Amino acid sequence: MKPPKFTYHAPRTVEEALQLLAEHSTDAKILAGGQSLLPVMAMRLAAPAHLIDINRLEELSGVEVDEDGVTVQALARHAHVEAHEGVRRRVPILAEALRWVAHPAIRNRGTTVGSLTHADPSAEMPAMLALLGGSVVARSTEGERVLPAEEFFVGPMESALRYDELALAARFPAPPTRSGACFDEIARRHGDYAMCGTGTMVTLNDAGRVESLTMSFVSVGDVPEVYDLSPLVAGAAADEVDLTAVGERAAEMIDPPADLHATADFRRHLATVLARRTTRTALGRARRAASGAQELRDEEQV
Amino acid sequence: MSEQTAEVRLRVNGIPYLREIPVRRTLCDVLRMDLELTGTHVGCEHGVCGACTILLDGEPVRSCLLLGVTVDGHDITTVEGLTEDDGRLSPVQQAFVDCHGLQCGFCTPGFLTTISSFIEENPEPTEEEAREAVSGNLCRCTGYQNIVASVLRAAEIARERSSETTEEVSTR
Repeated sequence: MKPPKFTYHAPRTVEEALQLLAEHSTDAKILAGGQSLLPVMAMRLAAPAHLIDINRLEELSGVEVDEDGVTVQALARHAHVEAHEGVRRRVPILAEALRWVAHPAIRNRGTTVGSLTHADPSAEMPAMLALLGGSVVARSTEGERVLPAEEFFVGPMESALRYDELALAARFPAPPTRSGACFDEIARRHGDYAMCGTGTMVTLNDAGRVESLTMSFVSVGDVPEVYDLSPLVAGAAADEVDLTAVGERAAEMIDPPADLHATADFRRHLATVLARRTTRTALGRARRAASGAQELRDEEQV
Repeated sequence: MSEQTAEVRLRVNGIPYLREIPVRRTLCDVLRMDLELTGTHVGCEHGVCGACTILLDGEPVRSCLLLGVTVDGHDITTVEGLTEDDGRLSPVQQAFVDCHGLQCGFCTPGFLTTISSFIEENPEPTEEEAREAVSGNLCRCTGYQNIVASVLRAAEIARERSSETTEEVSTR
């Protein structure tokens, strides 16, 4: 048997799960999808004394969509979020990025919130939460708190969740109107860890000129930071943005690591290419969104 | 610390089972050791190779990344459950025979389950989609060309068989 011994708990309510967490604290781990935890245990890199399996808490499997964004609960599987009509409509970049999360068989089981708490710098979901300015709802027997992305990710594989806290849900806010976003990545094989991934969001003003340009990267830093490239392009017409300059600026801002899969220089090169590519697509989407918003206003006036 | 065990009920290929298993036993080991269904092969045991892929409530998942206790009460299909009710090979199995989609056969059960679910979702895949569908499964023999061909052929057979059934129904 690959995983080391542990005591198994299968709570039937959230309260019961929180009690168990409070009781076992640093010795316990939550098991949701297990697509990262079980490999880590199989390799004996982790050996929690208590495993608290939340898979029976079906009330946590929902995905809720409203005007302002998407709330993904703790047990919602990646595949469910990816296929959700409301997610595709309100936060399309989230569904776009989910297609890059591992392979379909992993997405059928792995959870989006679990991926956030795992806080892997090579994972797509942390970068999405950061780029969209999202947050995580954490609950313990002491109460509930909301952690914005910039506070949630503390270091590689490290989140700000306390040992007694369960990440109940994640909130991905919808981008503003007249905006467009795009995610793309480059891996040796679809579904493998990205050598570099880029999420980009562009917002246009009333006159169709660029108001803001922000980016977040996968596999280039310890935590998913959001880079603001607005000063470089603000005021430019959407079809006149200097994409070469955007790519170069992106490369200057990041400090990618070197490893077995790619050198730092190669990653920087990929970031340049992806920044250019995703900005071009995001601009196109923003223009379409802006003309859609304009049409809607015209209709209202008629 | 003594080994903690738990009772689990599983329905595998339509047959209900009740077993007392160690809580840390992964589903692939439960299938092979406790249910003696050795068609599911265990490769890397950390979710990379895809050999152990089974269908959990109809969806492909890695059985090495699931604890047996977690899936208590669920429906599982293994490679042993893919053949059709009349004993014919399933479209995917037949396609692997037709296209020489395997050599040593170790990775094959994982491919068969993965592709069975894929062609149900996407009955007319392009070659690119077929390639992406098997990107999570490793094969060290074939170089994948014949596996991709098998995916396309499997979809074709499935379409042929479903039109046969429709014809039978309409001639009645």
